[in-house]
Amino acid sequence: MQNQLLIGYDNRHTFLNRLSGSTKLLCFVGLSIIGMMTYDTRYLIGVMVFSLIIFHFSKINYRDIKFVVNVIIGFSVLNLVMVYVFAPHYGVTIYGTEHLLLGSSQHYFNLTTEQLFYEFNLLLKYTFAVPLALIFLMTTNPSEFAASLNKIGISYRISYSVAIALRYIPDVQNDYRTISLAQQARGFEMSKKAPFMTRVRGSIQILLPLIFSSLDRIEVISQAMELRRFGKGKKRTWYMAQKFKSNDYLALLCVLVIILIGIGLFKVNGGRFWNPFN
Amino acid sequence: MMTAPIISFKDFSFQYNSQTEPTLQHLNLAIYPGEKVLIAGPSGSGKSTLGRCLNGLIPQSYQGTMTGSATVNGHDISASSIFELSMDIGTVLQDPDSQFVGLTVVEDMAFSLENDQQTQPDMQAATTKWAQTLDLTDLLTHRPQELSGGQKQRVSMAGVLIDNSKILLFDEPLASLDPASGKASMALIDQLTHDEDLTVVIIEHRIEDVLQQPIDRLIVMQDGAIVANDKPEAILRASLMAQLGLREPLYLSALKLAGVDLADCTHLDRLADLAVPNLTATLQQWTAGVDLKVPQVHADPLLEIDQLNFGYDPQRPIIHNLSVTLNRGEMISLVGQNGTGKSTLSNLITGFLTPQSGKLLFNGQSLLDQSVKERADQIGYILQDPNQMISKTLIFDEVAAGLTLRGVDPDEIEQRVLATLKVCGLYEFRHWPISALSFGQKKRVTIAAILVLQPAMIILDEPTAGQDLQHYTEMMTFLTKINREQGITIMLITHDMHLMLEYTDRTIVLGNGTILMDASPADVLTNDAIIDQASLAKTSLYELAEQHQLNPTEFVAKFVQAEREAR
Repeated sequence: MQNQLLIGYDNRHTFLNRLSGSTKLLCFVGLSIIGMMTYDTRYLIGVMVFSLIIFHFSKINYRDIKFVVNVIIGFSVLNLVMVYVFAPHYGVTIYGTEHLLLGSSQHYFNLTTEQLFYEFNLLLKYTFAVPLALIFLMTTNPSEFAASLNKIGISYRISYSVAIALRYIPDVQNDYRTISLAQQARGFEMSKKAPFMTRVRGSIQILLPLIFSSLDRIEVISQAMELRRFGKGKKRTWYMAQKFKSNDYLALLCVLVIILIGIGLFKVNGGRFWNPFN
Repeated sequence: MMTAPIISFKDFSFQYNSQTEPTLQHLNLAIYPGEKVLIAGPSGSGKSTLGRCLNGLIPQSYQGTMTGSATVNGHDISASSIFELSMDIGTVLQDPDSQFVGLTVVEDMAFSLENDQQTQPDMQAATTKWAQTLDLTDLLTHRPQELSGGQKQRVSMAGVLIDNSKILLFDEPLASLDPASGKASMALIDQLTHDEDLTVVIIEHRIEDVLQQPIDRLIVMQDGAIVANDKPEAILRASLMAQLGLREPLYLSALKLAGVDLADCTHLDRLADLAVPNLTATLQQWTAGVDLKVPQVHADPLLEIDQLNFGYDPQRPIIHNLSVTLNRGEMISLVGQNGTGKSTLSNLITGFLTPQSGKLLFNGQSLLDQSVKERADQIGYILQDPNQMISKTLIFDEVAAGLTLRGVDPDEIEQRVLATLKVCGLYEFRHWPISALSFGQKKRVTIAAILVLQPAMIILDEPTAGQDLQHYTEMMTFLTKINREQGITIMLITHDMHLMLEYTDRTIVLGNGTILMDASPADVLTNDAIIDQASLAKTSLYELAEQHQLNPTEFVAKFVQAEREAR
């Protein structure tokens, strides 16, 4: 029952594991931002290939992430369909030309190469960061999360709340299970035999005691933290923080170069879009 | 010349802003460096409030008005922040689980050092040192969920000892430990007191368990005032415990039963050194004079468990070929180390888990094809923490919930709920919101909510945990009453040796997924091998009997009989 939090961290003994959490977080955030901004297809494909290569080196087992990846693909496809439904001419507006594939320009629902190309760019933007996010989550020791967040400038109180949440997820899950069993024993039918609405109502019955027991937990934990001087100084150190090594600087440098290329392309393209239709 | 006290209260009173009366009234107290002090008292006596004053939670987290003066290590508590006081006094809270803040053992140990902005090499040196002292070296990278109660408590201790503060405050350190871990924990505290030159303050109402190790001073509180402050021996000799709402050590009760004059005794606080003229003769005479009655036989099988097997991983069964029969009208205690499957067994009985093989017969009918809900009509299960069971805001609604869900006629619901509330002594409170009740009363509400379904058997998980003698006695008297008068079979899951000895007729010891022993509590608690295997602890009665060449089983059984007759 351990390691059920998030999608499991495991020390896979790769160079990615040895990078400090802050480096991985910075790289992930940096690449995500530049990827979200640009619509340069060549660049996006480049970053995508780069992240897939890195992903290959991370030795993450595809089986462990299959579910997450499927969920993301599902949502992306749904999103792309919705973009088409609500704005089927947006590609034409952006690129200024119209190459019809299906239907006529008088119809609301027609299909243009520009729209397809625009949605292809969207798909790339949704997916290129996924391998990077998975690498960050699965190669960073959860104990290092808080330290990494703090290092990139987020206040240590907020950073520590991430660590506390990770610490208490299994306990709250346990509480939920216990409370649910106790309610079932009173006669709330929660098994698959009961109709859906009954089960929903049953879950709400569990919520009240769960909230109360969680509030109790929060009170005790905040006292325990104060008693050990949490919040005394403007800063705190982290036992699990990793010092930057030469590999960290190297990784940051690589990512910086990639980002600079992206920014350079804004200049070359005269904007965020690369227009192959001109 | 006397050294100056390290903790000093002079005419100190405190009133919470939320209360109309002061919780602490005119306290005068001095604790000297190197002393080991036990503060005892019933719930609401103000002992926890005193603890909060010592560590600075008052006034930082709980606002109120203070009068008089109070200093800890020379610092005035009203003028010091919780952070400053934490350098003088380290606090180990009651529930080691909830104060474990780190994701792993080593992070939790280093937590206060991180807040002091120490460097990593310093933190590593300190955690290594304290991990060795407290035998945690092999556990450093473990998560809290992987540790036992005793190990978690050692981590909590390491987390405050690492500050090198000279005073340690323990708030009910025994509350969530099994008897064997409790014993080990008290021995460790004693050792640390000497090795690290500490002043130790222990807040606890289980006096006998704390007295397993020497205590310099016992302070008893009642209604916000100190009513006794002396060497434990003097307080025990004056027989003040029961009057003050505290549980007397068992051996002391035995001495009194045998007619020993406590004034003649020396070392009353320490059984190993206890010296009383002619004690052996007196005890032997008393034992010879008591005839053991034949225990009442319950021969009508209610729940028959036959060759039960269960394991999440069938290769590693948690319950293995377990067979036992519980009879109608019995009061049974189920004991065993944490993690030996006590909860798993109850979950199999109540239907939350399905066995891999084996039979479960209730009243001769198989339970296996019945749903959780159907089983709940006959077998009630009551959790340790009432807050985890209560889902309504009013007492009446909470007790009625089970019947409403079963579609019972509203008139009948009202009649049955009111009748049950009367049995449980909650009738006067029926229109109250549950939040206004005390812990013990809430527990009673959860029992009422089960009783109203008229089960033939109820299973209770630690029914008396965290309750003082008065509430404990009330709860157990109540359970005994419904057992006797309504013939309800009761199974108690417990770590409390006193409870199983004094209130149950039969003890089932679980270990390695099977039944290690099924006998009378007196037999179980005088069996060395079983005590060891199941993490139980010898009671002082056993030691007393052994010291005086008595048959321990017989002596314990006679003592229990005499106590019950006196009730």
